[in-house]
Amino acid sequence: MSAAAPRFAPTVGLVSGLGILAAMAGLGWLMLPTNVATVLSALIGLALVAFVLGRLVGWSDRWMVIAIPLLWFLVFFLVPFFVLGRISLSEAIIARPPYSPLWETAPDGSIEILASLQNYAFILGDSLYRNAYLSSIQVAGISTIFALLIGYPIAYYIARAEEPKRSILLLMVILPFWTSFLLRVYAWIGFLRREGVINNILMWSGLIDEPLVMMQTPGAVYVGIVYTYLPFMILPLYATLVKLDGALLEAAGDLGASPMVTFFTITLPLSMPGIVAGSMLVFIPALGEYVIPALLGPSDMLMIGRTLWDEFFSSRDWPVASSVAIIMLILVVLPIMWLQSVQNRQEQR
Amino acid sequence: MTRRGWFLPIMATLGFGFLYAPIVSLVVFSFNESRLVTVWGGFSTRWYGELFNDGQMLAAAWISLKVATIAASMATVIGTLAAFVMTRFGAFKGKLLLTGMATAPLVMPEVITGLSLLLLFVAMESLLGWPAGRGLTTVVIAHATFCAAYVAVIAQSRLRDMDESLEEAARDLGAGPVRVFFDITLPVIAPALVSGWLLAFTLSLDDLVIASFVSGPGASTLPMVIFSKVRLGVSPDVNALASIIIGIVAVAVTIAGVLLMRQTKTLR
Repeated sequence: MSAAAPRFAPTVGLVSGLGILAAMAGLGWLMLPTNVATVLSALIGLALVAFVLGRLVGWSDRWMVIAIPLLWFLVFFLVPFFVLGRISLSEAIIARPPYSPLWETAPDGSIEILASLQNYAFILGDSLYRNAYLSSIQVAGISTIFALLIGYPIAYYIARAEEPKRSILLLMVILPFWTSFLLRVYAWIGFLRREGVINNILMWSGLIDEPLVMMQTPGAVYVGIVYTYLPFMILPLYATLVKLDGALLEAAGDLGASPMVTFFTITLPLSMPGIVAGSMLVFIPALGEYVIPALLGPSDMLMIGRTLWDEFFSSRDWPVASSVAIIMLILVVLPIMWLQSVQNRQEQR
Repeated sequence: MTRRGWFLPIMATLGFGFLYAPIVSLVVFSFNESRLVTVWGGFSTRWYGELFNDGQMLAAAWISLKVATIAASMATVIGTLAAFVMTRFGAFKGKLLLTGMATAPLVMPEVITGLSLLLLFVAMESLLGWPAGRGLTTVVIAHATFCAAYVAVIAQSRLRDMDESLEEAARDLGAGPVRVFFDITLPVIAPALVSGWLLAFTLSLDDLVIASFVSGPGASTLPMVIFSKVRLGVSPDVNALASIIIGIVAVAVTIAGVLLMRQTKTLR
């Protein structure tokens, strides 16, 4: 029985899922009548389609349970990327929706293909976009290194700490993560601006006579990114470091290795999975970051997330914005695939 | 070990200082009389008063709470189902696809998620006539989708750690799969689902980028309103709002921490 999947009695799998949904939506109904009704009917519609389709094709009940999350993610996660790809092949036109069709039927019945790769050619040929990609990679990369340098000692310290202290420190790392990301970035404005906390302290102590210009500089963007994503670096590092066998370190010490040698030959290699995971969790969101450069950075600082945002909201050029997103997607997928292969290799060992 | 003796504590202290100094100053200056936010003008709670008289801010907060409640509930159902299917159903066609789709939102840059979902909604509207325009519904769907991925991760790790012999025993005693799920599996993974719901709620409440893409007129969420305010410079009532949020989170996390520590103590 262990390997076999549970056999679901007819339709109950589906009904139970819907039951929870209905109960939870009932909670929201008090707050938001019309919209919950819309969302709920969409969900029920989705489930009904899955159910009817399943009956027609002869799916087992097990498949009907699988269908709910599978269809949801298909429709609202995977399909959008195809729409994105399709629109990236269009041209911006003044209409609703503001992009050209991919083909046109001429009066004589022949079909003319209008899809083209011209947006990609435009983006890759334009130094503005190229620089935006490159500088995003640079900003994300440098921020990741700083987050690693700051996060590693903290993670190590927490992993070595004794029990009640360890849990408390861990909670302290997680706590800022639960507060608003936007407000944490905002806090830095108060810190860095001309009349901000840092300048006030430095002026008051007499170290400087003129306030330093820190806001709207690239440095402020680095600080903002490192600050925001530091918990994402610390947690995976902590998870690998806490599993580290202390006996290995003792053995190395007994055999005469200095703490430095022990660190570089034992601790660092063994914590590689945490370093890789943490770096990905910082690098990827930083690559597409919009809010931090918009609030803390100079207005001429090129970041690809910001370029995409402006292309969409200011220029209203949906096809170019889509192409920018597709290229960015490729930049994100490559490191993830690399990470996967690294992980697979480690598991094989 | 002597070298590490002073190096680590100092680095850790500096690190925690870096994490907390901006938050502390945010709270301190929310009680500042002066409008200049970072120049101390005496103690006052006047910005809290102004906050509670700011109609736009209150309306946006109400919208955000509604969106977060519904989106988190939907995300919990979808995420739990996804996790259950992935851990308990053995191999099936499309498992790799589901696993990929349920993990990818975690590492997707927000601008891409937001843009692609908006384009989907626009395409659906012109093809199917639904959703008519953008607003609360589209924000709820967008949030439910990316939050479901987070819930799935949490629920999955709990389902993997769980002792499956409990479920097997119940099945051997004649309980149907649905009964097993509701009588055994659900109670055991309930704490994970609660933390999953809370995480989804927080993420939804916090999201600016995706909401900016998929929202429509009359459905500005709280982060959208804060962002448009903050872009123009510092504003003391935002400090007051931040302090309230930080206060709620600190209390909740402390309670959760105390409960967790008690639990681990009794388990020992």
